Amino acid sequence: MNEHLPVLVVVVPLIAAPIAALVNRPRISWAVALGACVWALGAAVGLVRRVLAEGVIRYELGDWAAPIGIEYVVDAASAWVVLIVAAMGAAVVPYARASIEHELTPDRIPLFYTAFLLCLSGLLGIAVTGDAFNVFVFLEISSLSAYVLIALGRDRRALTASYQYLIMGSVGATFIVIGIGLMYVMTGTLNMADLAERLPAVAGTRTIPVAFTFLTVGITLKLALFPLHLWLPNAYTYAPSAVTAFIAATATKVAVYMLLRFFFTVFGAAFSYDVMQLDRILIPLALVAILTMSLVAIYQENVKRLLAYSSVAQIGYMVLGIGLGSLLGVTAGLLHLFNHALMKGALFMAMGCVTYRVGSVRIEAMAGLGRAMPWTMAAFVVGGLSLIGVPLTVGFISKWYLVQAALEQGMWPVAVVVLVGSLLAVVYVWKVVEVAYFGRSPAPEGVREAPLGLLVPTWTLAAANLYFGIDAGLATDVATRAAQALLGVLP
Amino acid sequence: MSPGALALFAAGLPVVGALLVLALRRHPDVREGATLVVGGLTFYHVWMLLHYVRDHDGPFRFEIVEVLPGVSLAFDVEPLGLLFALVASFLWIVTTLYAVGYMRGHHEENQTRFYFFFAISIAAALGVAFSANLFTLFAFYEALTLCTFPLVTHHQTEEARRAGRVYLGILLTTSIAFQLLAIIWTWQLAGTVEFREGGILAGTASSTVLGAILVLYVFGVGKAAVMPFHRWLPAAMVAPTPVSALLHAVAVVKAGVFTVLKVAVYVFGIDLLGTLDVTMWLAWVAAATILLASLVAFRKDNLKARLAYSTVSQLSYVVLGALLANRFGVIGGGMHIAMHAFGKITLFFAAGAVMVAAHETEISRMKGLGRTMPVTFGAFLVGSLSIIGLPPAGGVWSKWYLGLGTLEAGQLGLLVVLMLSTLLSLYYLLEVPVKAFFSARPADAHHGGTAAHHGEDPAPHREGVHHREGVHEREGVHEAPWPCLLAIVITAAATVALFFWPDLPFELMTLLAGGDGP
Repeated sequence: MNEHLPVLVVVVPLIAAPIAALVNRPRISWAVALGACVWALGAAVGLVRRVLAEGVIRYELGDWAAPIGIEYVVDAASAWVVLIVAAMGAAVVPYARASIEHELTPDRIPLFYTAFLLCLSGLLGIAVTGDAFNVFVFLEISSLSAYVLIALGRDRRALTASYQYLIMGSVGATFIVIGIGLMYVMTGTLNMADLAERLPAVAGTRTIPVAFTFLTVGITLKLALFPLHLWLPNAYTYAPSAVTAFIAATATKVAVYMLLRFFFTVFGAAFSYDVMQLDRILIPLALVAILTMSLVAIYQENVKRLLAYSSVAQIGYMVLGIGLGSLLGVTAGLLHLFNHALMKGALFMAMGCVTYRVGSVRIEAMAGLGRAMPWTMAAFVVGGLSLIGVPLTVGFISKWYLVQAALEQGMWPVAVVVLVGSLLAVVYVWKVVEVAYFGRSPAPEGVREAPLGLLVPTWTLAAANLYFGIDAGLATDVATRAAQALLGVLP
Repeated sequence: MSPGALALFAAGLPVVGALLVLALRRHPDVREGATLVVGGLTFYHVWMLLHYVRDHDGPFRFEIVEVLPGVSLAFDVEPLGLLFALVASFLWIVTTLYAVGYMRGHHEENQTRFYFFFAISIAAALGVAFSANLFTLFAFYEALTLCTFPLVTHHQTEEARRAGRVYLGILLTTSIAFQLLAIIWTWQLAGTVEFREGGILAGTASSTVLGAILVLYVFGVGKAAVMPFHRWLPAAMVAPTPVSALLHAVAVVKAGVFTVLKVAVYVFGIDLLGTLDVTMWLAWVAAATILLASLVAFRKDNLKARLAYSTVSQLSYVVLGALLANRFGVIGGGMHIAMHAFGKITLFFAAGAVMVAAHETEISRMKGLGRTMPVTFGAFLVGSLSIIGLPPAGGVWSKWYLGLGTLEAGQLGLLVVLMLSTLLSLYYLLEVPVKAFFSARPADAHHGGTAAHHGEDPAPHREGVHHREGVHEREGVHEAPWPCLLAIVITAAATVALFFWPDLPFELMTLLAGGDGP
């Protein structure tokens, strides 16, 4: 079975999805989803181990040799993303049971798990496939199910948020498929390794830069790079708590991975950076995202929306690392992929706990929660400190690498912007902390600590923020290997 | 146990103490007793490290965990850190004693939280003291900022919240925007962040770049309160007095100047420091801070505010000592960490005692109080002498060496600054005991006291302190509760003792500066 891991990691959740719908009982559907997610996590760990030990894994679907058949290619970068997505899935599903039962009507719960599993398998598929068109297919699977998941929010505005995301996401997906189509026209192949071989010959034409541009715009729309982020705040704000935690921690991350895959593996660093001068677009946009979106976050009155804007700013950090284009920069971006998933996962889950007990995540609703829900708010503080980048949290590790990558190229103003972004994070995190711990009014009558079913997953992620901040060797090692794989640098 | 591990153990003890405080929250007497016992144990273990440093045998480094390749959380024991740790852990015991009297005499709430975060802050301060590299130091430095935040905002009033914002804002801004940048830059250039004798930066970059990094360090260590990043320290005075005394006269601010000294000696190395043009410019910034803060202190009628600005001024003595870039400067700066600590904590203890016993915070209203509170104001006099630098108090020695340092550096102007500052402090500190002992109590003091007593409109005190019992009649004013008094006497006696026996800090600082004897 071990040799089929690359495909099984996608197929098992994909098959579990209709089963969850067919059994149609909330608890059993949940169990199916949990089983699939835990399995996917196990498979992801197995993949990471195999890749680190043996190098790149190539898997031919149905034994049809590439480039005729579809090939799955798992290198350190894809294994890293698979691990992040699967781990977040396995953390969110246990959390979802209580949270979703509270926020959804019972008849919708099995459908929720179906959509969730589809989304998970789509995201995993993007990470493992070595075929450009297959990327698009999996992207659509994950996106369509994500629209459904967001629309499930109990606030009616979730429908418009989902619709907005649907429109913007479809535009992005169309751009991506146009880009892939243009490449196919010029090279006659969809296999990424093949594309990488044949593209240099036609790189001088007008078509390939156009394809590159379509792909870049489409993918940056998906990953919500400023100024293409407009769909994100509403989607994160009105989606059910568990969905926000999952999407925030995974969907944009996988889009970042797509960006890396196309820029480095398909087009090659030389074309992307020297010919297309990608860094000149990505670095300024990333810096603007970090500064403006952090500032916007400060003025939000809804904590989920605040965190959503913070996410857009944090995506700026990842894109900045990619924009720097160096080994250290890409490592920093990949590290932040993981680290940001941990912090935002913990923060959104803590907000889910608040929704569960208080019913609102507006800032004034946090008053007195420091005493009424001490564990929940403590998890929020840990996640917040990590977002700020206090030492011994994962946020610090990201900043350390990112600032180093900027200084390495002599771009000290960039390093300053990264650190100023941290300071803005202090402001918006502290806004919430102050109300929770200093609020004049106590928490509403009857508000008490969230149930263990919510607290345990929340604290698992909060603790991971601390653990991987103290013992960062493992994460940095894998991220460095992943960056090496992408840049084609031999270790 | 290796010295590094022993240091880790000593720094871990206050954490155990903090947990004990939580466990014993229902029994206040046992809770405070536990803090005292743990404080004693902590000091004992720090003291045990002394003979390792004296003999200087073997590697002391103890790695706790390697966080990133080449960057680890590690402890080490060297003379400067040991001196800081000795001062902090000894004064923790005395301050706990004081706090028992103060917090109860003042009817403060949330005392368990208070003792809990107090202990954690001490652990963080010891972590700073024993850091083996910049990363560890930075981690504990930030931890110290965050752990003292609940203490600063202890009263949870609107005023405390505002002060807390200033506190956190300035300390986090400087440390993240400047200090962290400097640390990562150091790592980028030197490939290491370990503290090494002779420094790690020599020859890694042009003097312009190294100068820029030095500026980032000096201003990035906001806890050293070099102007213009000093506003957090007066703001922190909203905290209960034991916090102001130990943390904002000893642990937190000393962690700041300690960091500056440590960076000067172990990251740059005094030889390299002497060759940078920017060093003297920064020395003059420190000199300006010394003078300006003294002038501000002059104008403050609130006693704690005056002491806070005096602290800002005195901290820059240490920064100046580091930037003189010679042996005398380092010896003087290092000794000043200890000397100022004992003197200033005595002053804060006395200020708190006046607040508890007589409910006075403004200097102009302390006239004549010396007769009813002779011990308190006598101790205040001793503490003042030390800060001014007059015998028979320990402060003489550190100023002596700082003065020598300015001459060695050929900076007569800086010597003049030191002299001027001495004159200023002579006035603004001695005004308090002189008023208390020699001024007759003004006729309206009675009315003032009784009016406050009858409490038509008891103007809120600047410290945000709530009086939950009526103000005593002036006639009824007596000395503060005995634990407070005992603490004051201990620190005042220690201040005098440091005049006659300055051997220990001197010995440690000569070890730090290298060479035998002055």
